[in-house]
Amino acid sequence: MLDGKGDFGEWRDAARRLLMAGTLPTAVDWRERQGIATDLFAEVTPVPANLDEEREGARSASPMQITVPRAFMTLAETVICHSDPGRFGLLYRTLWRLQSERNLLDIVSDADVVRLQAMEKSVRRDSHKMKAFVRFKEIGAGTSTTDIMDVIVHPVSLETGSIAIGRRRFFAWFEPDHFIVARVAPFFQRRFTDMDWIIATPKGSAVWDGTTLTVTSEPADDPKLTDDADTLWRTYYSNIFNPARLKVKAMQSEMPKKYWKNLPEADLIPGLIAGAEERVREMAKQAMKDPPTFHTRVREAAMPKTEESTALPGTLDAARAEARDCTRCPLYCKATQTVFGEGPDDAKLMFVGEQPGDQEDLAGKPFVGPAGKMFDTIAGEVDLDRKQAYVTNAVKHFKYEPRGKRRIHQKPNMGEIRACRWWLKLELELIQPKLVVAMGATALTSVMNHAEKLGDYRSRKVDLDDGRALYTTVHPSYLLRIPDEGRKREEIDRFREDLHAIKRLSDHL
Amino acid sequence: MKKSLKERLAILSDAAKYDASCASSGTTKRNSSASGGLGSTEGSGICHAYAPDGRCISLLKILMTNFCIYDCAYCINRSSSNVERARFSVEEVIWLTLEFYRRNYIEGLFLSSGIIRSSDHTMEEMVRIARELRVTHNFRGYIHLKSIPEASPALIEEAGLYADRLSINIELPTDAGLTRYAPEKRPDGIRKSMGDLRLKIEEMRDPTLQTKRTRRFAPAGQSTQMIVGADQANDSVILGTSARLYGSYGLRRVYYSAFSPIPDASRNLPLVKPPLMREHRLYQADWLYRFYGFGIEEITRDQPDGMLDLDLDPKLAWALANRQRFPVDINKADREMLLRVPGFGTKIVRAILSARRHRTLRLEDLARLKVSLKKVQAFIVAEGWTPSRLIDRPDLRTMFEPKPEQLVLL
Repeated sequence: MLDGKGDFGEWRDAARRLLMAGTLPTAVDWRERQGIATDLFAEVTPVPANLDEEREGARSASPMQITVPRAFMTLAETVICHSDPGRFGLLYRTLWRLQSERNLLDIVSDADVVRLQAMEKSVRRDSHKMKAFVRFKEIGAGTSTTDIMDVIVHPVSLETGSIAIGRRRFFAWFEPDHFIVARVAPFFQRRFTDMDWIIATPKGSAVWDGTTLTVTSEPADDPKLTDDADTLWRTYYSNIFNPARLKVKAMQSEMPKKYWKNLPEADLIPGLIAGAEERVREMAKQAMKDPPTFHTRVREAAMPKTEESTALPGTLDAARAEARDCTRCPLYCKATQTVFGEGPDDAKLMFVGEQPGDQEDLAGKPFVGPAGKMFDTIAGEVDLDRKQAYVTNAVKHFKYEPRGKRRIHQKPNMGEIRACRWWLKLELELIQPKLVVAMGATALTSVMNHAEKLGDYRSRKVDLDDGRALYTTVHPSYLLRIPDEGRKREEIDRFREDLHAIKRLSDHL
Repeated sequence: MKKSLKERLAILSDAAKYDASCASSGTTKRNSSASGGLGSTEGSGICHAYAPDGRCISLLKILMTNFCIYDCAYCINRSSSNVERARFSVEEVIWLTLEFYRRNYIEGLFLSSGIIRSSDHTMEEMVRIARELRVTHNFRGYIHLKSIPEASPALIEEAGLYADRLSINIELPTDAGLTRYAPEKRPDGIRKSMGDLRLKIEEMRDPTLQTKRTRRFAPAGQSTQMIVGADQANDSVILGTSARLYGSYGLRRVYYSAFSPIPDASRNLPLVKPPLMREHRLYQADWLYRFYGFGIEEITRDQPDGMLDLDLDPKLAWALANRQRFPVDINKADREMLLRVPGFGTKIVRAILSARRHRTLRLEDLARLKVSLKKVQAFIVAEGWTPSRLIDRPDLRTMFEPKPEQLVLL
């Protein structure tokens, strides 16, 4: 005989006693106490099982330790709140079976486990809906609060002495399916901490006064309060609804009708559904009229707003501004922005990489990602000051393939390199560097305007037609991709030698 | 005469309903126990009501004003529209948010706005609302702010300190479409602000050197919305754009919004019923991409014109086009392949993997897990079940297609 109001301890104590006594699940008749009467039935006398036959060997020693998986406790604490009278027996049978079938709960296709999980889900859903559908009404100055207390929570002794002056007071009436008030009340305490409130239900009530949360399991009555704010809420509810997208079933599966009677917005629903089609027709009929005067005024004010670059034409700044809107190849549609070169406009040394990567694309600056960091580290080791050099890329938009939450770098093709060469040429003309360093095959191809093999040029100074010198090395991102640690070290050393050679060359420019 | 608060609420919530998102999830867990204030967020969001359009109402979703100096063809609030205009004061938005919250109508605020005077002026007012809710009123509920295009980075940065989520709408799947329908918006500007936001979120997530603590900055990340059916872009283009946005900016969600006819619509736009089924299929495909290991090109490759099949969900359509990959043995197959079986969701796959460690699974086991046998049986092998030649039947598709609707006499 249990109270059965969602009190887990009550069942656990009984179940522990029964299990210790080796009582078979079939021998127990679990009953709920009806109403508020307390002594309708005597405690059910369990029929002791035949010890020799029924007990498992592991459980023969006494004092007996009963152990269960933690998952069972969590499950049982939830299921006990269910209103189905069969829950006690089901839980006890599962507890019994768990003593020999330790993995029972993992067998999600077992009939008992399926039923327990369905009950658990139902309690969770009911709890979730309580968090969603409780509607507080403010208890105004005109309402006598003692009256309300009398009506709904008479069993709760409300010592109102602790209620601070000036705290606002709210009341909610809710009708849950299961015994969940005690389970959900702390949620409301954590959320509505700065106001006093009462949530009353036919399955118990909760009261918060700013210091103490009191929960009872006694049924309460609905005092039918009203609140003016409901009018505003109803206004919001009717207007946020889009009549062109009527999906009544979707609404009802999430907001079942059983909850409607306590929702201030629910009685609007039939009208909104009925009027939806008519509203859509009205909308379609409403042909476009002449724009309001406001529009003309805005248009006039906005007219001269075409952004003109303030940079002088023929300067690096002007080229940079122009490159922002570059559409010479389709890469611009997918990249975040053009990543133009960076550095002094009279630099003697110019580094050309392949294309911006993920980080460069976001920041709008070249060589700030992992490859840029690698470059900076090694340049620092040979005293090469990056700030003195102009750093740019052969292709100025990031080319990639999305893979889930990341972007995978893709090599630019010949067409893209050619299209973007227009900008590299401009940079070369405006800066007039004495030494150009091509890092990687793409840069080399772009500078030479012809597909060239990196190996043919690597670590060599080559004089170009226009009086400039070219030096070629690998792209620093290549170093990051070498899986073998030994070879990686070798290649880094080689790259360092290249930068060292570049440093010496640039000192004599 | 000045309109009453109620009248303005009607106008400014009506104006906000074309934004699909109402999510209040994915932010940090916090509550008012310690502060004695108001509000909490505890992981999963809560839908406090559902409108008859089937959409969840979780947040007070309103515009600060529906006056707008932009003239985007698809938008009810564009400057050339004759819609009735109104605006809230900063204090009114705060009051409405708090009073609605106290009555447990909402999880928080989703504030957007038409652009008045300038982007910065508008954004500044919105940030002020968020700041006062947090600082003055000790409000710990959910706040979602829409970033105004071209607003200064400093304002966006401040917004991120108070808001749980920031979003900026990509609006249309292609740059060409956006330029055509929203002449004042710059597609590269929108991408730039998403990129800036991602960098800022990542920067703040890293612990500082001094305090070793991470700072709170838009903990629920950023999202965006794309209008479907206003321009000619097909599903393959739309999903490609989504994949790029997920990959590039770490977006939590891309929302698809079937273009819905608006009163006083621009003549450039289709005045038809919103393509709700298409929108639904796009969401399913988006899920396959994010949670089921599908590539976008796999989903759209076998579809004519790059459009998803409206009659079949995209996973089923993929399976029917790739029958050589089936049947899948549910007692042996790896997680990746189980996820590709039509009718299996991520939870079911988890349950199968867990249960089969202890026993060999039969069709009845699946039935108890509430799997639709009708849907999966052709694609799987289980203990005591092989689909024999079911998977090779040429009419397999018709078994899944919706029944043709019977015509009635006029």
